[in-house]
Amino acid sequence: MNFQELKKNLKKDFSKLKQLKIALLGDSATQLLHQALKGIGFEYGWDLQIWEADFDQIERQIFDINSELYQNKPEIVIIFRSAHRLLDKYNKYPAENQKNLADNELSLIANINATIKEQLGCKIIYYNYTEIDDSVFGNYATKVESSYLFQLRKINYELMLFAQNNSSFYICDISALQNKVGRDTFFQSSIYINTEIVLSINILPLVVEKTIQLINVLYGKLKKCIILDLDNTVWGGIIGDDGLENIQIGNLGIGKAFTAFQYWVKKLKLRGIIITVCSKNTESIAKEPFEKHPDMVLKLDDIVVFKANWDNKVDNIKTIQSSLNIGFDSIVFIDDNPFERNIVRENISDITVPEMPEDPAEYLEYLYSLNLFETSSYSNEDIERTKLYQIEEQRNALRTTAVNEEEFLKNLQMHSLVESFNKFNIPRVAQLSQRSNQFNLRTIRYTDLEIEQLANNPNVHTFTFTLEDKYGDNGLICVIILREISKTTLFIDTWFMSCRVLKRGMEHFVLNTIVDYVKRNGFLILEGEYIPTAKNEMVKNHYLDLGFEKGENLWKLYVGNYQKKNNHINLKTNIYGKESTTRTS
Amino acid sequence: MERNQLLEQVNAIFIDTLDDETIKISEATQASDIPEWDSLTHIQLVVAIEKHFSIRFNSKEIQSWKNVGEMIDCIQTK
Repeated sequence: MNFQELKKNLKKDFSKLKQLKIALLGDSATQLLHQALKGIGFEYGWDLQIWEADFDQIERQIFDINSELYQNKPEIVIIFRSAHRLLDKYNKYPAENQKNLADNELSLIANINATIKEQLGCKIIYYNYTEIDDSVFGNYATKVESSYLFQLRKINYELMLFAQNNSSFYICDISALQNKVGRDTFFQSSIYINTEIVLSINILPLVVEKTIQLINVLYGKLKKCIILDLDNTVWGGIIGDDGLENIQIGNLGIGKAFTAFQYWVKKLKLRGIIITVCSKNTESIAKEPFEKHPDMVLKLDDIVVFKANWDNKVDNIKTIQSSLNIGFDSIVFIDDNPFERNIVRENISDITVPEMPEDPAEYLEYLYSLNLFETSSYSNEDIERTKLYQIEEQRNALRTTAVNEEEFLKNLQMHSLVESFNKFNIPRVAQLSQRSNQFNLRTIRYTDLEIEQLANNPNVHTFTFTLEDKYGDNGLICVIILREISKTTLFIDTWFMSCRVLKRGMEHFVLNTIVDYVKRNGFLILEGEYIPTAKNEMVKNHYLDLGFEKGENLWKLYVGNYQKKNNHINLKTNIYGKESTTRTS
Repeated sequence: MERNQLLEQVNAIFIDTLDDETIKISEATQASDIPEWDSLTHIQLVVAIEKHFSIRFNSKEIQSWKNVGEMIDCIQTK
């Protein structure tokens, strides 16, 4: 989309879209950035309520705690400090101080971050610096610490280190964007001179696209799974016709493109994307390259679900989706065949289907440009995810052979560790809070920082549950947050659970555990609420099924006459040998 | 290109950029005659005209035009 089209979106109806309050602060003129951001938000279902600071008011707005910024209470603060203003600053430095530019900037940024964190506790999106080579030293600038290019690159590098250690601080990497499209596209001198606008009108759509991708994942809109076609997608040629020796992969010619593509998919797998296959093939033939071809990068154990048959792809994809229990909007389907792509697109509305280039040599550059796999977290859970889903497939196999459900559950030998929030589990709690959509009663998203604040709030009681069984450990899969709303009543602010552990009796175990806690701490009533979203229909009757009584808006459970619910999960005590759910405060 | 042809094309750019079907410019039209034509939309008009005619204005030219006629004079020099 070009800027003009984004601007036309501003006249459309935002009333049904999800509102999100954003503050935009820049040291250059940001009016057009504001319009473009609002316009791109519409494309992704957001009604961005953008408050824009006056020109070059960043520091005043942030360091004056009575400023409009703080009165506005945004959920995200976007800060755009441009490389041009940085250069102005550098130009005014005495020569002997030039080498300190990066350090000074970073301490200012750290200050900005700390102040916003203290006042708002919200997320910060910070645009990094697009490179300007002032050509004072030429190539030699790379050897001169006090050169502008050296200092600018140092800031960009140090910013990444800073972001690593500050969980609510996110960098929007417009420097990478400029590297791709070139500085001459990014910046137009004649416009800058007349208006103080540093982003050219042609680049604005790409900058806001990159920004909205970041915002989307902060609010749980992310991709979790790839479904791959095989012939002419994963390798060149058709395995059924050409045979194992003649498919194209490896170091020669077009084979290189497929190998590079496979390495990319493998990297995605390692970072937590679930890889599955959907191919029109005879299964044994389709699996042959994975088992026997020396140049295959992807192996069968990288693949969670392998569907090779002659049924139509729409049905196969629906089967894959339901066995993984994730939304279609978190799935990317990659297929070289336009016919298959169109059928899938027409029948499954939310799925992402990249319009792959005809030439396989272009596959990767095209996929890079889409930036489909934006994320806002990365943890050990991600690395282990493929294994977890594979184990789940084994469980499903056992489920189908077990005499009955009870027998199956008993045989699983399930244990759950129950803990309140602590520094070890907070990152995972925050991650699940962002990711979980279906089994989520109120879908209130919390960041690391907010989770930390909840852990320290004496009026809030927090619980995390893990689930392991004889096949393996699912890790932390359920979170409960209870708020004291009166001397007698605890309100279930949050109850979400990973869909990996559905139908195991986990809900019963969780309710038994919290009712027990509620009683021991002298409360009488548990209150719950269901807030419907497009995705959580699954838990519509959650409180009804658990025996809560319907009140006016809320569901109530009087814990006095609570009967323990039947389940096959055993409480596991943690390594300290105590039940960490006991809290006296 | 004939001046009236140029004017017609520039008019189309005004309509698209300012998103107003009713705009009818003449050589004498000034920014004050069109409510949507402010300093911000001026930049968008400049960029749209540059793109349409595959030309580049310099920074002085962008500020210099008093009316549409002078803008068209400038396009003709390119």
